[in-house]
Amino acid sequence: MYQTTYHRASTVDEAASLFAKGTEAKFLAGGQTLLPVMKQRLASPSDVIDLAKIKELIGVEASGDTLTIKAATPHYDVATSDVVKKAIPALAYLATLIGDPAVRYRGTIGGSIANNDPAADYPAALLALDATVKTNKRSIAAADFFKGLFTTALEDGEIVTAVSFPVPAKAGYSKMPHPASRFALTGVFVAQTKSGEVRVAATGASQNGVMRVPAIEAALKANWSPAAIDSVSIPASGLLADIHGTAEYRANLVKVMAQRAVAAAG
Amino acid sequence: MSTVKLTVNGKAVAVDVEDRTLLVQLLRDHLNLTGTHVGCDTSQCGACVVHMDGRAVKSCTMLAGQADGASITTIEGIAKGDELHPMQAAFRDNHGLQCGFCTPGMIMSAIDIVHRHGGQLDEATVRHELEGNICRCTGYHNIVKAVLDAAGRMKVAQAAE
Repeated sequence: MYQTTYHRASTVDEAASLFAKGTEAKFLAGGQTLLPVMKQRLASPSDVIDLAKIKELIGVEASGDTLTIKAATPHYDVATSDVVKKAIPALAYLATLIGDPAVRYRGTIGGSIANNDPAADYPAALLALDATVKTNKRSIAAADFFKGLFTTALEDGEIVTAVSFPVPAKAGYSKMPHPASRFALTGVFVAQTKSGEVRVAATGASQNGVMRVPAIEAALKANWSPAAIDSVSIPASGLLADIHGTAEYRANLVKVMAQRAVAAAG
Repeated sequence: MSTVKLTVNGKAVAVDVEDRTLLVQLLRDHLNLTGTHVGCDTSQCGACVVHMDGRAVKSCTMLAGQADGASITTIEGIAKGDELHPMQAAFRDNHGLQCGFCTPGMIMSAIDIVHRHGGQLDEATVRHELEGNICRCTGYHNIVKAVLDAAGRMKVAQAAE
């Protein structure tokens, strides 16, 4: 790792001002992606600004039909939160599938979505649940937040503070994990809103990162059941292909994972 | 350089380190606690697992500064004098190791697994939860046996306290 200067911020405002002072600063939350990248010398921030101990960024709240997860809440705390399990059990379940237990103690929802790995789990949940990303400057709809591989709508120095999820009528998640990294070879989150709208998002599949799957949404809108997806055809064009799976394999996984997610949602 | 103050195995320490120092480097190179191993250095193998404020974390994937103010327990800190921790004893009795390199991380992760699951542990759960610890000798069979054995011993020990 190259030299860097470590700062621990105690408020969001302090973190933002520390960032502005650095020549090439980076925010650090759980560090489960940034630190490995720095160790490989693929990133060399002048300053790292630790957000993990900022009290206003930690915790989970449910009020009315909205579940809010603050940005520095670790995956373990989301997975085991009674509030999350009651409001959106599929989201708590998703958090149990991220990385391994030690990673889940450190990694955070804000860090995951700000990094926007094309095979990360949370982006699928945000997109399917029509979540809103709150930052220290504004609110951004999930559909406008994810902008392709490792790219988001966040501006330089902007800090994710929380994610708000409308509580759906039904939701489910299923993923085929890569056996070593546990990232999604393909993962699909399905949701039926309280007004009857159906939203389906797939991660790990597309060359452009997380995506909606309109063909499956239409099939589920007509008939919310795994069988309804049988006749859907997912084109392989634009999907990821690597040594772990061809684009055609992933196209099929989108269907199969969607079917399992619907079955899990009930 | 920064001074990192933390508690390691019950003892308060203050260490001057470069900001880029990893927690595992602080433990091994500055405190000479070399029981915590560096296996893969890419956050996958779990040989570096220690407990921070009671949670099993990969010390190669944390800056020392992030642990400032925390209480760290390493493999050196779990025995009571000459009496091995029940997890250590179970690893010995079940021969839960081959070369032994992954063992410190396995034991620290396994203790965390037992704490989280209490008496609810079964073989499938142990295998699943050990996902973040890799044994390159592939000696998982006896490791899993040891963890299940220790879960029973730890429950007995807890009930006795």
